[in-house]
Amino acid sequence: MDQVLKILEENALATPEMISEMLGRTVEEVRAQIKKLEDERVILAYKAIVDDEKAQRTYVQAVIEVRITPERDGGFNRIAERISKFDEVKSCYLMSGSYDLLVFLEGPDLKQLATFVSAKLSTLEGVLSTSTHFMLKTYKEQGTLFTETTVTERLSVAP
Amino acid sequence: MTTPAPDIKDLDNLDAASCDSGSFVANHVQNIPRSGIRDFFELVQGRPDVISLGVGEPDFSTPWHIREATIYALEQGKTSYTSNLGLLSLRKEISRYMAKHFAVEYNSDKEIIVTVGVSEAVDLALRALINPGDEVIYHQPCYVSYHPGIALAHGNPVPVPTTVDDHFALTADSLAKVITPQSKVLLLNFPSNPTGATLPRQEQEKIARLCSQHNLIVISDEIYAELTYEGQHTSIASLPGMKERTILLHGLSKAYAMTGYRIGFACAAPEIIEAMMRVHQYSMLCASIIAQEAAIEALANGQEAMLRMKESFYERRNFIVYHFNRIGLTCLKPQGAFYAFPDITKSGLSSKDFAHRLVDQENVAVVPGTAFGNEGEGFVRCSYATSMDLLQSAVERMERFMASL
Repeated sequence: MDQVLKILEENALATPEMISEMLGRTVEEVRAQIKKLEDERVILAYKAIVDDEKAQRTYVQAVIEVRITPERDGGFNRIAERISKFDEVKSCYLMSGSYDLLVFLEGPDLKQLATFVSAKLSTLEGVLSTSTHFMLKTYKEQGTLFTETTVTERLSVAP
Repeated sequence: MTTPAPDIKDLDNLDAASCDSGSFVANHVQNIPRSGIRDFFELVQGRPDVISLGVGEPDFSTPWHIREATIYALEQGKTSYTSNLGLLSLRKEISRYMAKHFAVEYNSDKEIIVTVGVSEAVDLALRALINPGDEVIYHQPCYVSYHPGIALAHGNPVPVPTTVDDHFALTADSLAKVITPQSKVLLLNFPSNPTGATLPRQEQEKIARLCSQHNLIVISDEIYAELTYEGQHTSIASLPGMKERTILLHGLSKAYAMTGYRIGFACAAPEIIEAMMRVHQYSMLCASIIAQEAAIEALANGQEAMLRMKESFYERRNFIVYHFNRIGLTCLKPQGAFYAFPDITKSGLSSKDFAHRLVDQENVAVVPGTAFGNEGEGFVRCSYATSMDLLQSAVERMERFMASL
């Protein structure tokens, strides 16, 4: 895999200068590489992973299993893209198994999310059924652990 | 005539002050100098806000799948002794691993012994081989335990200097100069702590020829083998005719971030493993079974996590070497391990003064090169097994330090 991409995936704040020093390439080369990745939409966005509990946000998050009817042209794509466009929808995946789409929702309170599901999501043409699960606590997101890890004390000087 | 036992009344008059406890310490132990690392450790330990580039172990915790296997071993009640040679299942795994990654075949029944870290393996090898007065040749600057280890085994330590001009690799020419009829063992450590040097295959071939000519046996400590950044690691044991005259030492500490597990192993001819086992069975008995179980998991399934860590070391190496050279600390690009060994002579300070003043002024700990032998004068060892954030700050502080001189 491309090393520049890998470094940015781990730390989106790594500067082109730093990456060039880490990989022994020129800054120009790295800049061009990043631009190419962005232009080709390989890198879609740079965002922070936030612990909502610590940030004292009272968002409600839910995961919805959605069953839909595939269409003759385009299969699941049209409905999936339509669902994805709602601001409330944070992620949307096509799944194998007993349902088709897994939709991650976020809203200010339980009532609004419930309304969104009943009024917007389940009334869409092609949506057969929904099953809603509310999220209670996040332990890990995008490879980042939320629970505090204890720092192991290495000796400060060792052979 | 035997001395009569003292009268019971006399026991009341025993004088504690007349007993010099230190006089009981054996001469050859008294003669072992204090480790320069230990002195420095005491200076730095407990000091707040120190960024330490002085640590000879990975900054990663052991990959979770290995830790999880450790917990599972405990749950299964694996808490007993093992064979003196170590678990057969582990030795089989080691045998497979060495064939695949070191290109040497070892029989798991009689050519492998599991030890408590490579440190014990070095000690066992030396004690199994050396008769009093035998000469053991090793290259300097080198890992701190070789000289004392040889002395403790009643051998004669013979250092060969390696120089920055040779990228700190041992050369056959310099080796040839120190070989005498008393020479018995050549102790190698490539990739090397503290210099990060590797030993090019061509030079290995010449060294192998010398060993064969002078009937030397090689103890090759290859603990950093996986952490070779340019080209492939070549074990001297894999050269034609060298398996029989090499004790290959390896372990899980560095590449698999398992320093605290204390698992190392030695691979050699059956007669030598048998001899090492005799020392091991009456001193250590066996390595911890829990750690041995974890080692099986690491060797069998740990490649991916290990390669991720290696890649991270590689990036940090490039980073730190670039910046050292930029701020006036001339530094070779180390080919292996996780140490940079920059030349600090531009500072006008000795290695020891450099390290002490750097801690005093900027709270950055590095190890003076002299801790690894006199040849280390003019250099300091900087471990880059430290997070990128800390490396960045360390470089900034060192730049400020250099400018202040």
